[in-house]
Order: sequence, then structure tokens, then C-alpha cells
Amino acid sequence: MKPDTDVLIAGGGIAGCLMALALARGGLSSVLCDSLPAQARGAAGFDGRAYAIAASCARLLDGLGLWERLQTFAEPMRDIVVSDGRIGAAPSPFFLHFDHREGDAGPFAWMLEDRILRRAALEAVAEEPLIDHRAPVRVTDHETGPAGASLTLEDGTRLTGRLIIACDGRQSAIAARAGIRHMRRDYGQTGLVCAVAHDRPHEGVAHEYFLPAGPFAILPLPRNRVSLVWTETPANARRIIGLPDADFHDELRARFGDFLGETRLEGKRYSYPLTLSLAEEYVRPRLALLGDAAHGIHPLAGQGLNLALKDVGALAEVLVDATRIGEDIGSPLTLERYQSWRRFDATAVALACDGLNRLFSNDNPLLRPLRDIGLGLVGRLPAARRFFMREAAGGMGDLPRLLRGRPL
Amino acid sequence: MQTTVDTAEIAKFEAMAAEWWDPKGKFKPLHMLNPCRLGYITDQIAAEFGRDLSAPRPFEGLRLLDIGCGGGLLCEPMARLGASVTGVDAAERNIPVARIHAEQSGLDIDYRAGTAEEMAAAGEQFDVVLNMEVVEHVADPQAYLDACAALLRPGGMMICSTINRNPKSFAMAIVGAEWVMRWLPKGTHEWHRFITPDELFALIRTAGLEPVDRTGFVFNPLGWSWSLSQRDLSVNYVTTSLKAG
Repeated sequence: MKPDTDVLIAGGGIAGCLMALALARGGLSSVLCDSLPAQARGAAGFDGRAYAIAASCARLLDGLGLWERLQTFAEPMRDIVVSDGRIGAAPSPFFLHFDHREGDAGPFAWMLEDRILRRAALEAVAEEPLIDHRAPVRVTDHETGPAGASLTLEDGTRLTGRLIIACDGRQSAIAARAGIRHMRRDYGQTGLVCAVAHDRPHEGVAHEYFLPAGPFAILPLPRNRVSLVWTETPANARRIIGLPDADFHDELRARFGDFLGETRLEGKRYSYPLTLSLAEEYVRPRLALLGDAAHGIHPLAGQGLNLALKDVGALAEVLVDATRIGEDIGSPLTLERYQSWRRFDATAVALACDGLNRLFSNDNPLLRPLRDIGLGLVGRLPAARRFFMREAAGGMGDLPRLLRGRPL
Repeated sequence: MQTTVDTAEIAKFEAMAAEWWDPKGKFKPLHMLNPCRLGYITDQIAAEFGRDLSAPRPFEGLRLLDIGCGGGLLCEPMARLGASVTGVDAAERNIPVARIHAEQSGLDIDYRAGTAEEMAAAGEQFDVVLNMEVVEHVADPQAYLDACAALLRPGGMMICSTINRNPKSFAMAIVGAEWVMRWLPKGTHEWHRFITPDELFALIRTAGLEPVDRTGFVFNPLGWSWSLSQRDLSVNYVTTSLKAG
């Protein structure tokens, strides 16, 4: 009995779309099930949400044939300035400065708006004959057996394949149904996201201020705009998000000052509770978790999507290599290679972000001078700085072929 | 009929047959080695028969025999790649295990209980004969390899792997794998039956085939995985030979 497709993908967000594209590049077919209609995903207006795509992850997007459509919209991030601050006070003198000219050639990350990446991914999915994109459909059940796996949709349709990839987010219903538990922690912080237009050029510099309530990041976007990712206590966040525009703008200015000249709010405001969630297992027979379904982390280093893209590169490589030597792509042996490749890295990044957040998100008079000295020390040691920059560019460790700019 | 199969050897494997497809079970070492073996086998076949491994079902049209097929760890991948596969095993109990699993996997594989000698006597011919980790278990390696050669059509390819005989292979394959790690039951291998690459090449030439490649399978304890090596054939190794066409 031949299955409908090679791989069943549950979740049609960016991770799901890119997974389907990567499989197609390696000759594997997929059914991509999304609960939202494609039109909603591809909605066009500027909304301020953006990603810092690490250089290696940009190579993956290139390998999937997306970079050509994206590059004109991507803003190179050339420097990252990290400092310890207090609202209304000048940033700490011991700040950390990463300049891409010290590292490998090229910017170490690119800023890309969420809507641009989504639109490009959906267009590429629509053009790919090996992808059967179904949206909107709701997956109500899944099954795995010795020979194959299936997804059941709300209308009763049963789709069969050799493997299910769950890209259904932090609250993955597939993981829950499979009995895969997550280690979860609430950070007691709320993330605020918005964008501003400004007069003075940002020169491709990203700023990260560690304020007592949590990190505040200023990320360069094209055409004199920056994306702001900002962490507050839940009570303060509720107050700020409800403020009229002028007062909201004042709250912003109190935190990042006037170095960009006059500023105006653009797009929408978003807020969401910050949590850590790490799946105890990434794989079961005929099932693999990917992206946020496997690991949801603190946004302070902008590594969430980058981790998902590394998952895509690793899982696509494992499955395509297995196919070329005739192995069963859903077998525990094949999937274990993906888990052992990705779990250590994802957990290390999650815990590093967790540790940084704990170290900086407070006004402890004992910790403050210590961490300033720490930042200053890293800032003065070129080798240490280059190490952090390579990490920021996502270039460490055993990278999947797609992230090294090579074909599958 | 005269056979070179040693009955005591078969009994040992029969006891292990039901465990074949458990990746964490008794055959874990074979499951760990399998991707490395498959990588070598697929590359050799693709190069000799001009096949593109990135295309679907690249081995379509090739008739392949796996001797000592066990639970089908090599037969199933070869069938997925499009080859028409026959698996033969002298341990009868392996055959139903392999058949049931192939059926579950939706693969059509011709599994038979028997020996290479019986099949050669029946005049069967194949494009590819896989002869993996068998020769060190047979009573008369020359007679066995003669039968393997007879099973190849002119221009056909035999891939044969075994274990080298030297102090290191004793330490790794018997002391390490059987006594210390307990990867294999004690007594799975007898060191005096191991064969050096030069001895194997001589046996293969006497059987009428031309050896064209020898490559090591090397276990890396840090990465806990196997890889191919052109230099290190000190323990596990594999060879490719061709029958004049």
C-alpha cells in the first residue's frame, strides 16, 4: 500500500513551509497542513515584526531558492552594541561592541520582516510540485505505525505518509498527543514588539540594552526604520500596551534616547508572555518535532527562528541522506541522527539565553558591577569577541550542508 | 548435497533472529554499521552501473542477491532503491521474520531459506551479489566464494565484507565487541576464521573475479559511529570485485 506522500507536515508557518521546500530540493514529497488560510499568512501590510537571520541561516534560504526574492528587503546587521542600562540614564561605560569587520567577511546577520519572509516562503511553496499545500485545514488526530503514519483532518480526510514532522508551535498538539512532555518555565516577563521610523541613519547597528526589567533590542530595518523588541514585567507591559500613541512613544524614548533623531511609531504593537519550553524528546518512531514545537526560547538573542532553520537544514539532510541509501525515513535509527544533531545545540542556546536573561534582568547592586566588568572583559579580548560573533552568525559546530551554502 | 555452512554457526544466529529489527536490541551494532555499509554499497553500484543516486529508484532493473540476509537490513534498503531483491539465509528462522517485516514496509522481496551453493547449483544469476559479514562464518571460504562468483552474470559485481585477522581485530571484534561491550554474544566470532585483505583478494581471484576496491569500516568511539577509510583496514573492511563481462 503506497502512502499519499513521503512526509506529512503539521503546521504551515515559516518553519513548516521551509521544511517542505528543503525536502522538495532533496526530491522528497510532502503534504503541508496549515490551520490558517494562505491569504491570512501572506497579508501584506508593514506590522513591525522582524527576524535577525544569522548569516548561515541566510545561506539556507539561498539554498532553498528564496534569497533572491528576499535580499532587496533584507537589512545587513553590521555591528551589535551591547550595554547595561537604566531607564533615563546613559548606558554603562563598559559596553560590548561586535563589529563584523573583525570576523569573517560579510554581515553576521540580516534583518528581515516577518511578512516578507512569509510571502516568499508561501510563493515558493505554491510553485513547488512536490508540495501539496492544504490550507486552511485542521489536524484533529495522528497515528504512527510500523510501516507509516497518518494525519486525520477535521473533515475526516486521512492522509498517509512515512513520517510526520510537527511544526505546530510551542503548544504542539501532535507532541501532546504523542505523550512527549515539555520542560516549561514562565519567565514572568512580557515581550513587546513594535517598529519606529527615524531621521538619522542607523548604519546597520543593532543595540541591545540590558534594562532591569529585561533586555531592550533595537534592530535595523531597511529605509530608516528599526524593529524594537522589548521586555517588561507583565503588569508594566499591560499598562504600556494600552497607552495612547504619544504616551507609548514617550515610554520608548525614555529607554532608547535620541541617537536616531526624531522618531515616529509605525505598524502595530504586539505583546506576548515569555516562556521557555524544551521538549524532552524530539523524535518518536515516525514523528519528529521541529522549531518551536521542540524548543521555545527567550527572544533576547533573536535565536528562535535561527534554531528552527538549523533544524530544517539538519532534518532535511538526515532524511535525504537516508533516502539515498534506501533507509526508512521514519525509522528510529534515522530520526535519532536528527535528535542527537540538534538537541544539544538547541538546549545550549536556550540555556545561554536563559542565563543572560537572569544575569541582566534585575537591578541587583552586586550583580551590576560584575556583569559590567564581564562585558568589558569580553569587549577587550579580540579572541573572545570573535567567538561571540561567530556564534551570533550561527557558524559554530557541525553545520548542515544547506547552512554551509552547499546543496543537499 | 555438500554444503560449506557450519551448522553450529547457524544455530547461534537462529537464537538471535527475532531481535533483527530492534535498533536497540542485540543487533544494535549492525544497525549502527548499516548506514556506513549502505553508503559504500550504493556508491559502488551507482558507479559501476552508471546510476544517479539522487534520482528516484536508481537501482531499477538490477537483480540483486543478499547472502546471509538475516532480517533484511540490507534487502529492504536495496528494494527501496528499486532493485529486484532476493535474500537468502541458511538460518531458516530468519526468513519469516524478514518476510513479515518486508510486508509491513510495503516492499516486495524474494526471501528464501538456503545457501549460496544451492542457488548456484540451480543456475541463478544476478547483477549484484552482497556478501556482507558472511565469509568469516563459513567452513570453506574458497568453495563459498566460488559459489558467489558462479551467481554473478558476466559484468556483475560482488561486494564482500569481513574482519581482518591481527592482534587489533582480536582486541576490537572479540574482546571489545563481545566481552566488554556485549554488543554481540560471546562466541559470535572465532578469531582464527578472520581473513586478511590479501588472503581475501587471493580467494576472490581464485574464484575467477577481479578485486577492484578495498575500504575499511572504522568505528569512531567519540562520535559513536562508523565511517569509511581508505587507510585503516585493520578490523572491519569491505571489498568490491567484478566478473569479467
